[in-house]
Amino acid sequence: MSIVVGILFAIGTYLILSKIFLRIILGTSIIGHGANLLLLTMGGLKKGGPPLLGLQELNFTDALPQALLLTAIVINFATTALFLVLSYRAYKVLGTDDVGELRGYPDE
Amino acid sequence: MNNWVVLPIVMPVISGMIMVIFKNNIWLHRFLSLLTLGLIGIVSVLLLEQIETGGIQTLYLGGWQAPFGITLVADMFAVLLVLVGAVVTFCCLCYAFSSIEKDRERHYFYSLCLFLIAGVNGSFLTGDIFNLFVCFEVMLVASYVLISIGGTRIQLRESFKYILINMLSSTLFLVAIAYLYSLMGTLNLAHLSVRVADVGQGGVIAAVALLFLIVFSIKAGLFLFFWLPGSYGAAPTAIAAIFASLLTKVGIYAIIRLFSLVFYHEPAFTHQFIGILAGVTMVLGAMGAVAYWDIKRIITYNVVVGIGFILAGFASFTLVGMRGSMYYLLHDMIIKALIILLGGTIIHLTGTGRLRNMSGLIHLHPRLGWMFFIAALSLAGVPPLSGFPGKVFITAGTFEAGYFWLGGIGLFTSLLVLYSIMKIFMSVFWGYTNLAKDNEKGTAKGLLPSMAFLTVLTIALGLGVEGIHSYVDLAVEGLLNPQAYIGAVLGSGGY
Amino acid sequence: MKQINDVVLRTATKAAVVIILTFSVSLFISGHHRPGGGFIGGLAFVAAIILLFLVYDIESIKKNIPIDFKIIAGIGVLTSVFTGVAGMIMGKPFLSQAFDHVNLPIFGETEVASAVLFDIGVALAVIGTSLTIITSIGDDR
Repeated sequence: MSIVVGILFAIGTYLILSKIFLRIILGTSIIGHGANLLLLTMGGLKKGGPPLLGLQELNFTDALPQALLLTAIVINFATTALFLVLSYRAYKVLGTDDVGELRGYPDE
Repeated sequence: MNNWVVLPIVMPVISGMIMVIFKNNIWLHRFLSLLTLGLIGIVSVLLLEQIETGGIQTLYLGGWQAPFGITLVADMFAVLLVLVGAVVTFCCLCYAFSSIEKDRERHYFYSLCLFLIAGVNGSFLTGDIFNLFVCFEVMLVASYVLISIGGTRIQLRESFKYILINMLSSTLFLVAIAYLYSLMGTLNLAHLSVRVADVGQGGVIAAVALLFLIVFSIKAGLFLFFWLPGSYGAAPTAIAAIFASLLTKVGIYAIIRLFSLVFYHEPAFTHQFIGILAGVTMVLGAMGAVAYWDIKRIITYNVVVGIGFILAGFASFTLVGMRGSMYYLLHDMIIKALIILLGGTIIHLTGTGRLRNMSGLIHLHPRLGWMFFIAALSLAGVPPLSGFPGKVFITAGTFEAGYFWLGGIGLFTSLLVLYSIMKIFMSVFWGYTNLAKDNEKGTAKGLLPSMAFLTVLTIALGLGVEGIHSYVDLAVEGLLNPQAYIGAVLGSGGY
Repeated sequence: MKQINDVVLRTATKAAVVIILTFSVSLFISGHHRPGGGFIGGLAFVAAIILLFLVYDIESIKKNIPIDFKIIAGIGVLTSVFTGVAGMIMGKPFLSQAFDHVNLPIFGETEVASAVLFDIGVALAVIGTSLTIITSIGDDR
């Protein structure tokens, strides 16, 4: 699992370093998923039932990482959506999807 | 258990959502936002009194005991920040009433501000590290929208950078949380503190601690502040003032909270590291402030200097230094909002931010000029004003801890700050007037009261140091003595 | 706009949307004891409406559903928050839950919990925000 996390982070970093809006956004999203996977892996992977009273299971999984993960995914979803809207606006204003075009001050 | 604790988080959410539903009634928006901030102020004053008499107040959401459920903890430090934050935001919103464009107001400006406040208050009051993350995100999402509404070229670029950097640092935050959870098996701050104390702060935990430090440094603008001057300069004045006085302070709060409650075992390593970062931050920030000839830039670099100064006091990790940090933190929230509002007003009046293009404004706006003068002195820490006690205690604290270089840098950068801010004062207000009354770009009418109130506040905070002394001391004692916090959170839970 | 020949899609959509909406409600209700709940129920609901957006165009759908989605989101969050506040008013900690068993005519013995109200709020908030995002991106062409 940790290898997968590493690969995700590598891909994400590569995409963020590129110059196109959409690639950068995909990169942040992939890194975000890498972090989510890391959270799940670090919480400990094992088989078992839900930690509820009254179930006849002997093995319990830790429910906390999953709860954290759900929250993190929702947050990631929201920020990515917002980021997409922003870059779409930038694309409409600037007429390009190249980050390099954003450079420079008008008065300096 | 004390339900008051949740009110500073819930109230802004409720009224923000009411505003979303009644989206066209701007007067309702204004009234509700002021009402909410006023109520937060009142609640936090009540909480202050409860804490003074009854110790740290906690609330277990849904009745789930710590460390299993979500805990909210209100100690002196957090509630002081909530109170000052509410007051400052109140003033900034009053300023926004007559300065923000109608279009922006209709695009949920006030509800976004209230969500921002909800996130900030949540970060101050939460008792576990994952909810710190969640509240950070609530705050950041609101700030993303606030900073990107508008859509000029510069604003697009700066908000793009701002969002990208903050998303990455949030991801790092999540990674750090993952490592911490796998090491410690808990995310409740008090419980973490107990477990770290049991295990000892070894190499791996120190690495995780530094990962947290990186995350919060990006958010607070400690050393990794490269994104800060640009994005704060791109935002409109009222928004930049709220950001500078609250957003960076949340990062500072998180650093102070984590490194005084959880990772406090190796001050020779972690705190000295924070000290070095703080020193570098101060120097670089002061260099930026001295070098630029643009009002917005100078002021935003001063924000950076302030951050370094607060954490220099914390890095000393002595009673005196921490007390100084506390005073300076409260002072900094007020004065940074004030100075950004003043700078914004000058730009609003003259239509330019370049110092070389303006002079002699004091003939036309004497009150603005003298307010700026007072703010400048207070920023530099001249005695009767609110910057003074903080600077004295921080310097004394760093000397006491043996970090003479850090105290020296602090004093030296204070001089540079004074120079940079006096540079604005001299070139903007003194000299011959090159601006006739009728070719001004805007009016200052309606902008002055909120700034005047903040000015009075900085004078009052300077003169009335004795008055808040007991509160600040309680806050510092709480920070230096984690057992009280742990006892308040875990003790009553029957755990 | 270029009109493509999508009779199959249109016909299939009419049936599929009903099925997806029913499934989303079932997901929502099952959330109390089994996997499901307000969040994914809401998302499934949104999926149905997005399918409508894709097949017919946004304008006509908006004409048929004349509600501002932001208001739905607002009402949703308010519902959730007030479920928490209700606990406060009764002197319990914020977000406390309560439940009771009620005998309904058709369903028989049913459990009624305050958590369901909270979940309805979550579902409404999810529906509102997702649709707002989709419409604001897809609106201008």
